[in-house]
Amino acid sequence: MSYRGDQRLEIAMGRLLQIGVTVAAMVVLVGGLLYLKHSTGPLPNYQQFHGAPTAYESVHGILGGLGRFDSQSLIAFGILLLIATPICRVIFGVVGFSLLRDRFYAAVSVTVLIILILSLVSRR
Amino acid sequence: MNILSFTISVFCISILAGLLGALTGLGGGVVIVPVLCLAFKIDLHYAIGASLVSVIATSSGAAAAYVREGFSNIRIGMFLEIATTLGALFGAYLTAKISGNWIGVIFGVVLLYSAWASLHKPPAEPKTTQPDSLAIRLNCRGSYPTQSGKEEYVAQHVPTGFGIMFIAGTLSGLLGIGSGAVKVLAMDQVMKLPFKVSTTTSNFMIGVTATASAGFYLSRGYILPGLSMPVVLGVLAGSLVGSRVLVNAHVRTLRLVFSIVIVALGAEMIFNGLTGRL
Repeated sequence: MSYRGDQRLEIAMGRLLQIGVTVAAMVVLVGGLLYLKHSTGPLPNYQQFHGAPTAYESVHGILGGLGRFDSQSLIAFGILLLIATPICRVIFGVVGFSLLRDRFYAAVSVTVLIILILSLVSRR
Repeated sequence: MNILSFTISVFCISILAGLLGALTGLGGGVVIVPVLCLAFKIDLHYAIGASLVSVIATSSGAAAAYVREGFSNIRIGMFLEIATTLGALFGAYLTAKISGNWIGVIFGVVLLYSAWASLHKPPAEPKTTQPDSLAIRLNCRGSYPTQSGKEEYVAQHVPTGFGIMFIAGTLSGLLGIGSGAVKVLAMDQVMKLPFKVSTTTSNFMIGVTATASAGFYLSRGYILPGLSMPVVLGVLAGSLVGSRVLVNAHVRTLRLVFSIVIVALGAEMIFNGLTGRL
């Protein structure tokens, strides 16, 4: 295995994370500004736990809210992009270690990817 | 308080938390959760939900630094992520089983430990380089640049390190933090990796670890968009500034001051948890 190959993979992963977090933060910021512009009412009750409105509890619900131009759904969409960024990094690992012909670490990356996917699809 | 003034105050406090987290090396989550609970009286589950999202953002945002320095070991990092992600799933599951007050007490203990660990640097013992057969078989080794050229290292005690990483993941999922202090403990003290390699690899792992509990948090309704927005943006901005300042600042005094703040927050979390106020 080559040190240069490792270094290139590391740089690719770093760039991916930087781009992902920048895009996600912009989306959260735009959603946040729209949210502040449209909400004038009193503060929602954050002191007792009721759970978030169901529209923000699933990917499906958040994407549906985007269609209605709901500002909080746009914030939630930015949060989804944030969550997606490390998952993409693990996918980079699967591809990268396969290209470096490092079967063991390709398998390690696949294992982490499976755990992440299971965590996202499992309900409560 | 209306939405606008609330959002602005949370945003400002989150910038401070991000700064403090970067300067102490503890991460923003450890600071923002107690502040949201104690100063803003926000429910603990909403606080850890917002914090977890900010932890993912901070870890990704710090990528620039470790790519530039080339200290992190992506192989060791990804191998240990198996332990931290499984731990995070377990921790996220526990948040629904344990009462908010007990989570607060555990949080306080972690704060006290973190403050102690950030001040108390154990003496640098010579790192043994006797080959660890499991580490070699798993290829848990590497080299990093020092002033006297490239230095080779091999990980020690891989199974113990793996076990502690599971605990680090559990704390991350249970408390909505990155638990970088425990990750560094596992790599630096147990696996005997060079300190720089430990801290940068820990940062590399934090985002993926936190992502493993994000799905649970989302489907359980811990992540409120309106609350998470100022927290994420503030902590991210604060930690980016903090990590730049860190390069130049005289950190010793700053660390001492901030550690006192962390101890105070920890003690208050334990007190409020035990008296059932969280």
